[in-house]
Amino acid sequence: MITRRSLGFVVLSATLALATGCTKRNKNEIVIGHFGSMTGAEATFGKSTDEGIRLAVEETNAAGGIKGKQIRLITMDNQGKAEEAAAVATRLIEQEKVTALLGEVASSRSLAVAPIAQKKKVPMITPSSTNPRVTEMGDYIFRTCFIDPFQGLVMAKFAYENLKLRKVAVLRAVNSDYSMGLSKVFVEKFTEMGGQIVADTSYQSQDVDFKAQLTQIKSAGPEGIFIPGYYTEIGLIARQAAELGLKIPLMGGDGWDSPKLFEIGQETINGNYFSNHYSNESSDPVAVAFMESFKKRFNKSPDGLSAAGYDAAKVLFAAMEKAPDLSGPAIRDAIAATKDYPGVTGTITINQQRNAVKSAVVVQVQGTTNKYITTINP
Amino acid sequence: MPTESIWRRPLVVFLFLLVLGFVTDFALDSFIQFTMIVIMINMILGMSLNLVNGFTGQFSLGHAGFMAVGAYTSAYLAEQWFTHVGPITGAMQLVMFPLFGVCAGLMAALAGLLVGLPSLRLRGDYLAIVTLGFAEIIRVTLLNTEAVGAARGFYDVKGPDNWMLGPIEVSRFLTSYGLALFWVLVTFYVIWRVVRSGHGRAFLSVRDDEIAAEAMGINTVRAKVQAFAISSFFAGIAGSIFAHYMNYLNPQTFVFTKSVDAVIIVVLGGMGSLSGSLFAAAIVTVIPELLRPLQEIIGIDLRMLIYALLLILMMILRPRGLFGSQELSEILRKYVRKST
Amino acid sequence: MNDFIQHILNGLSLGSIYALIALGYTMVYGILQLINFAHSDVYMMGAFGSYYVAMYLGIDRQPGLSTLAILLGSAMLVCALIGLTIERLAYRPLRNAPKLNILITAIGVSLFLQYFAQAVFGADPKVFPQVLHNETLFNIAAVEVKTLDVAVFAVTIITMVVLNFVIYRTKMGQAMRAVAQNMRVAALMGVNPNRVISITFMVGSALAGVGSVLVGMKYPKIDPLMGTMIGLKAFVAAVLGGIGNLPGAVLGGLLMGFSEEMVVAYWSSTYRDALAFGILIVILIFKPAGLMGRSTTEKV
Repeated sequence: MITRRSLGFVVLSATLALATGCTKRNKNEIVIGHFGSMTGAEATFGKSTDEGIRLAVEETNAAGGIKGKQIRLITMDNQGKAEEAAAVATRLIEQEKVTALLGEVASSRSLAVAPIAQKKKVPMITPSSTNPRVTEMGDYIFRTCFIDPFQGLVMAKFAYENLKLRKVAVLRAVNSDYSMGLSKVFVEKFTEMGGQIVADTSYQSQDVDFKAQLTQIKSAGPEGIFIPGYYTEIGLIARQAAELGLKIPLMGGDGWDSPKLFEIGQETINGNYFSNHYSNESSDPVAVAFMESFKKRFNKSPDGLSAAGYDAAKVLFAAMEKAPDLSGPAIRDAIAATKDYPGVTGTITINQQRNAVKSAVVVQVQGTTNKYITTINP
Repeated sequence: MPTESIWRRPLVVFLFLLVLGFVTDFALDSFIQFTMIVIMINMILGMSLNLVNGFTGQFSLGHAGFMAVGAYTSAYLAEQWFTHVGPITGAMQLVMFPLFGVCAGLMAALAGLLVGLPSLRLRGDYLAIVTLGFAEIIRVTLLNTEAVGAARGFYDVKGPDNWMLGPIEVSRFLTSYGLALFWVLVTFYVIWRVVRSGHGRAFLSVRDDEIAAEAMGINTVRAKVQAFAISSFFAGIAGSIFAHYMNYLNPQTFVFTKSVDAVIIVVLGGMGSLSGSLFAAAIVTVIPELLRPLQEIIGIDLRMLIYALLLILMMILRPRGLFGSQELSEILRKYVRKST
Repeated sequence: MNDFIQHILNGLSLGSIYALIALGYTMVYGILQLINFAHSDVYMMGAFGSYYVAMYLGIDRQPGLSTLAILLGSAMLVCALIGLTIERLAYRPLRNAPKLNILITAIGVSLFLQYFAQAVFGADPKVFPQVLHNETLFNIAAVEVKTLDVAVFAVTIITMVVLNFVIYRTKMGQAMRAVAQNMRVAALMGVNPNRVISITFMVGSALAGVGSVLVGMKYPKIDPLMGTMIGLKAFVAAVLGGIGNLPGAVLGGLLMGFSEEMVVAYWSSTYRDALAFGILIVILIFKPAGLMGRSTTEKV
């Protein structure tokens, strides 16, 4: 009896698996796929990006859609795993028949998906994967954010020229591709300029205790610490640095940009610097409008990833509007031709390498506002 | 009984399933094909872990580590071959990828020996911790090895590709499917034979009563190490297929939860039931995918929540797994006997 | 020298947190021989429970001893209730099932709690209420000793003393030890094993609650997956000390904290986890039943 039931269960699940293969498609809508980490250790990044994209979709739909068609966004969760991302992207392309793909925050997952999108000729824009390799995977892969070499250079320059630091320590997240890539470039550029790296230590994202690393850094006697990580850890690092009596500037990249940074770090994070796409005290009308409508829609301030997601979606939609038809190659060409697009995160021009060329700003944390310090052009 | 024995021949089964692969190549979209390959990888993982956890009664929680060793070895070899010798195309794929697989398996088996040796002194949960620790050490080492991509991951791994057989094109799916299928069957038949051989009886006796086994003159030490080595060999194979099919590797794939997934397959299918592992691998892979449309309908992601609940319910309702320690054929035979 | 003292202090405070959580693992293991994988998620639920209590009472920005007491109490209560529920619904039906089944169930419960928390509380990190003012209390050489470190250590010590009293000086503790030694004989002696097991789960889970408040106080960032890493480490600590053995768990926790700290300080921060596990493996090879566990010889 029981065996029959369990066999039936197996057969049933197998048939269901095949049955889900067919999804109905509405002629009057355009389906866009977003693959992101909606659960798992990096869920907060995926969620932020998704909110930005969602806002862009809603705005575009309210304004009449693209070529008279409404956009339908399908977000699928990859649990923060590369192999899941590949599965999800295949599913979006094959079963949901998406016109274009948006995603991922982490370069590792974009790298896993890029060959699939390339093979199927589905244009893909990554909002915040900074590893240069991602867009080298094929001519259908684009990005609307900085690449590591640029941002690393920006912060090295800023540390050396603006803050006049000569001895700097680096604290990197060893399991984050973003953090490793950025700190590699920073170390190269900073030593090239004549600076000295006095300590190079690491942590793992999801860690909560950084005292051992910070104690070690403290004894090396640096004038500043470069910590290219995400806000989830930076707040705690700043707190523990203060507890250890480290009164030197901390520096980081766009991964810091979130209202949560200050909430977690409190006053210990104030006065520290990071490179970013824009400053949230910016008077640029596009940025101001984005921040207002985001607050209205989600009842909270946007973070950097939301802004990046919003821009990636908007660049895609603008290209789709311009493209002669909605086929993969046509959209691809239109994205590649993007020039001086006024985005929230700066004026975006897509270059030969399918990367966004835009300037970076360095901001200083002051409570939940990021005070503008300087702009550095590519 | 001739009708039954024909399915006992590995080659017949292989050819039959290969034909089935041809059919699916035309009939199904590449997402389902993708899922099929993942199921086969999980099948190999499940069966190989079953040898240690199910048949030998040891408790390994580090299968992901062996899989990682295999995956990275295979990917690295393919890359070296590519840069120093040349591309792998056509019929060469039939030789090279299984060969990489064997190398991957051997490396993993070596790692398995390394874990197996200290495990001789350890029992139960202590052994579990040591295997878990080894897997973590392997992962952290990979995370810090620049030659295999470190945190960025090993991208652009070469894998089976299209194969022009005269005018007929054999698709990338079919070549990968063929490779995976080959290894699934090899795993199944090897473990099947091993368990029913003299060595295998030694494994079972270690599980049932170690002291009695020793008293009977069985070298329990050797049995355990053998089980570990064979099991990790096939975990390495699973890793090799994974690497060549996904074309991308990242150390974060091989975290603790990956090992847990393998344990779930073994327990769900039934400890000591190979066909149980096969079914459980399919179920564990398919259920989360089946629940995906639900997320679109209700807007929140309850997928994994339901998966976790199903897991708990399965354990409570069928504590011995789907098949217990029996094989499908035994169950069918009993069922037929009962109904006649 | 100052660095060394600082490292010792860091290791001590990290280690005592590991020890607290390891105690929960060990208590359950001692009585049921079950690695309760859900323990780390019970700990997470405790953090969220006390977070919401603080928000509800509006004491999230009023540091003080009373806040500490309220949060500890609420976290312990939340955890004890969750522990009880899990034991009743998920583990009790499997009391006579093979060990691995209960383990998989524990993993299922752990996954369930994690995804439940992600769905209900949201995935973004929350900021834990400020529990105590962090001031410098005294100096050892040039190293400042802060309130939080002292509080963590003090709460850990008090908890352990109380636990010790409960287990060795009360009737319930005696029953727990009896059930741990031999459930059947204990039942014959008039002990109700189910009740004892439930209470053990509650006590073990309450310890996780204490741990969650201490961690939240020291590292004020809580999220649905905060338990995974710390839980794994604590679990390893419990095994290291000899699982099922209470002083062993404390020793294992401290050792884990110190070895992580010292590996980063004097060796390599990138290989921290690998080296910590390496140390564990070496110790287990020489002491196969953990540092304080007794290796039992099987009777034929």
